[in-house]
Amino acid sequence: MSGKSLGTASLSPERSGELIGSSVPRVEDTRLLRGEARFIDDIVLPDMLHAVFARSRSAHARIKGVDTAAAKAVPGVHAVLLYADLRPLLTCDRIPLALAAAAVKFDAEPVCLVNDEACYVGEPIALVVADNRRIAEDAAALIEVDYDELPVVTDPHDGLLPGAPRARLDCPDNLTAEHVVKYGDVDRIFGTAAHTFSEQFRMEKGGGFSIEPRGIIARYDAVEDLLTVWNGTQTPHRAKTVMVQTLGLAEHQLRVIAPDVGGGFGPKAVFHPEEIAIPAAALLLRRPIKWFEDRLESFTATVQERRQIWNVEVAFDAAGKLGGIRGRIYHDHGANVPYGVALPYNGITNMIGPYVLPALHLTASLCLTNMVPVAPTRGAGRPQGTFVMERMLDRIARTLDLTRDEVRRRNLIPPEQMPYATPIKQRDGSVMTYDSGDYPQCQRRALAAADWNGFEERRVAALREGRLLGIGLANYVEGTGRGPFESTAIRIGASGQIFVTSGATAQGQGTKTMLAQLAASVFGVSPDRVHVTDGDTAATPLGLGAFASRQAVTAGNAAYLAAQSVAEKAKAVASVMLEVAPEDLELKDGEIRVAGVPKLKKSLAEVARALGGLPGFALPGNMDPGLAAAVDYQPMGMTYTNGTHIAEAEVNPISGAVKIHRYTVVHDCGRMINPMMVEGQVRGGVVHGIGMTLFELMRFDDSGQPLTGTLADYLLPTADVVPRIDIHHMESPSPLNPLGVKGAAESGTIGAPSVVISAIEDALRPLELRITELPILPARLRALIRTAQKAAKHA
Amino acid sequence: MSTHEITITVNGKEHKRTVDSRLHLADFLRQELSLTGTHIGCEHGVCGACTVLVDGASARSCLMLAVQADGRRVETIESVAAPDGALHPIQAALSRHHGLQCGYCTPGVVMTLLELQRECGDTPMTEAEIRRALSGNLCRCTGYQGMVEAALDVLPRAAAGERTKA
Repeated sequence: MSGKSLGTASLSPERSGELIGSSVPRVEDTRLLRGEARFIDDIVLPDMLHAVFARSRSAHARIKGVDTAAAKAVPGVHAVLLYADLRPLLTCDRIPLALAAAAVKFDAEPVCLVNDEACYVGEPIALVVADNRRIAEDAAALIEVDYDELPVVTDPHDGLLPGAPRARLDCPDNLTAEHVVKYGDVDRIFGTAAHTFSEQFRMEKGGGFSIEPRGIIARYDAVEDLLTVWNGTQTPHRAKTVMVQTLGLAEHQLRVIAPDVGGGFGPKAVFHPEEIAIPAAALLLRRPIKWFEDRLESFTATVQERRQIWNVEVAFDAAGKLGGIRGRIYHDHGANVPYGVALPYNGITNMIGPYVLPALHLTASLCLTNMVPVAPTRGAGRPQGTFVMERMLDRIARTLDLTRDEVRRRNLIPPEQMPYATPIKQRDGSVMTYDSGDYPQCQRRALAAADWNGFEERRVAALREGRLLGIGLANYVEGTGRGPFESTAIRIGASGQIFVTSGATAQGQGTKTMLAQLAASVFGVSPDRVHVTDGDTAATPLGLGAFASRQAVTAGNAAYLAAQSVAEKAKAVASVMLEVAPEDLELKDGEIRVAGVPKLKKSLAEVARALGGLPGFALPGNMDPGLAAAVDYQPMGMTYTNGTHIAEAEVNPISGAVKIHRYTVVHDCGRMINPMMVEGQVRGGVVHGIGMTLFELMRFDDSGQPLTGTLADYLLPTADVVPRIDIHHMESPSPLNPLGVKGAAESGTIGAPSVVISAIEDALRPLELRITELPILPARLRALIRTAQKAAKHA
Repeated sequence: MSTHEITITVNGKEHKRTVDSRLHLADFLRQELSLTGTHIGCEHGVCGACTVLVDGASARSCLMLAVQADGRRVETIESVAAPDGALHPIQAALSRHHGLQCGYCTPGVVMTLLELQRECGDTPMTEAEIRRALSGNLCRCTGYQGMVEAALDVLPRAAAGERTKA
């Protein structure tokens, strides 16, 4: 059954009861709070061995030799494995991760262990398997790697200059892909524009840094001929596909389970080399093997994002209306391409945001470098694009002496144009179309909620105390609910228990609660009576998992449609069993009752038993067997969430420290299933965005050596430095799906960098400082302030 | 490798074990006693996921050797809920205020708040004090607000007006 045909069906209110839209407690919480969850490292199997990787200490080198003798001699070591040891188990030299994209010039796929050329510090070279992790770590330290150092590429601009060294010797040059996004008559607009200016923006590397690192356990059971892989992943079905292909297994020989997963934020959606190396080693040694990432590895061996240089020029008229944007983006793609090339594309297409932009011509060059590979982190390129647009709008306001809210108001897409077809053609050839929303009203509500107009008084009052206070504003959209599908099945057996299985995969979002809540709303039961299994390829044959803020839209609608289908069938069967017309029946408390005759009823268990069949007897009403339904819901298009953020920040001009005092969000993700969880997603996203603006910086030196390797160097925001975040909701239902929902998990991160920088610039208004980089750590802000102060003196 | 015989009281029960000198307390709890509720997030003493109480005071169990806990009293997340499974008020408040998402940092957060609750007694806590107490526990999911609300809900309230001052 496809959801497509039902795309515009509306939700009947008597069905949903009041459960949809209510902040019901999460079904996940109790085990997590009692310490009873089972994360990867909590799983202990009989005979399990422990693995540690020896990784490249060079950013680029030919590996002339690896001496493993001393490591192998350590008591308790079972094996020290190199590429040559694992290659016989594999069907291909590299891990087949290339995604079809027209922009790709050549693929640079990763290997499970380095064979001859190491391309970044942290790339795995050898795998030590031992009785315990401590022994494996001791042994790994004894492995001698003979490096023949090669020149390195560490800058995505310089790496594309003629004569630049190659980041990988197996690629013809460093330009792995190039995107051009172009529409409108850019040259004419620039030729006739009242105003233009150009600007360079730089964003540095950062990442997901979930508190639970990555981890894998692989066990081959010869009796069942089954390889089971417990994998801390956002995408177990994708992982299974890659493993099947690479290890040459058939589908029935492999099961991938994502158990409790301690945060994802993007990096766990990506297939990493360890996901082949550990299962291959378990097949080779015929022992269960666990690998749990060390925190240093999460800085050197887990994908990161964000590093881009944007050289852009904007044209606008005397009223501040945007005319066109043109320019070039240099995107650091790291040492290989594990997850396609969509990040700068997302950045460009998200840059236009909620605004009318008549013409655009941007070229993104994706450069291979000798740094950790690049793949999506919360926001996936979009925070960069939004940052560029919002910074330019602030500068336009300053140029024309307009207020920042006014310049935005003049450019926002009017609500009567919804659904709004942007001029952008997407990767699949369709037109990027905003499905619903009222952007001017969203900004208006945010200005009111944050008392924007009253800010000048607060600024003056703070100034009297010698404190520099500023306010910032930013708008954004986020494409959510990416397809092509998600699968959810609902099954009720003789126990009467409602089982939901889904290709959705949770890392803390509350996905189980969301699915249980939707199913429960249809059956008229409490969500805790619904059992949800997610993230298990044995429970759901097809699935895509967690990325692109998609699971409420895709798996949620699938669950809702499947539940409706099961409910209809239960009523049809009960009508036969009770000999009443189906329209006289109602579904309440998990029972099918004859309206007005409370004693005449059938429980879901009775209906399920009847549909379970008895040998030789017909099924009631000649129905198909089983009280179950499965839906592979295919969204008709992306659903576009939008929001406005306003922040007030205090800048200490001596230290360069920034303290955010107030933070207001008006957020519109369509109809909300569980507002409490939506707010949790938005807040977490905002704080991630604050982190990437004020605290988080992954440093590398010119030789490609990471200089950041602990959470004491890479600062995640802490409870004492983040503000309260006040969230207000608008609910513009999406016309594209039956529930009217949109995604919410990344939007906070998209708006936060822009609004925080806007507030900092505003606090330093007399200096006319322009901040065009992320992050802006205290020392850097102090340097910018000093430079501006000197310039002001000389002026 | 030298080994040591140690006796540690964990969640009210005495355990005698012979351990390697280098075994840290978190590994001891998780591997020797199968108390896997104490999570390891960095082993650098930064993230706070492994926070336990040693003689009533919060400690990073990844930075403390098992031998250093010899003769001492350790409390872990497994001791916080009632024996019948009923959640402690701090745990219940965290759920009510959505102070947890993935739950990986949660045991450390609970132990930090438990210490705070015992320390503050009847003294009212401000939001700023609660945020300072929680600043040793990294969370990537929640943005901390739910945790702070939970603590404000359970701990003695400061006078009105104090609450919104961060």
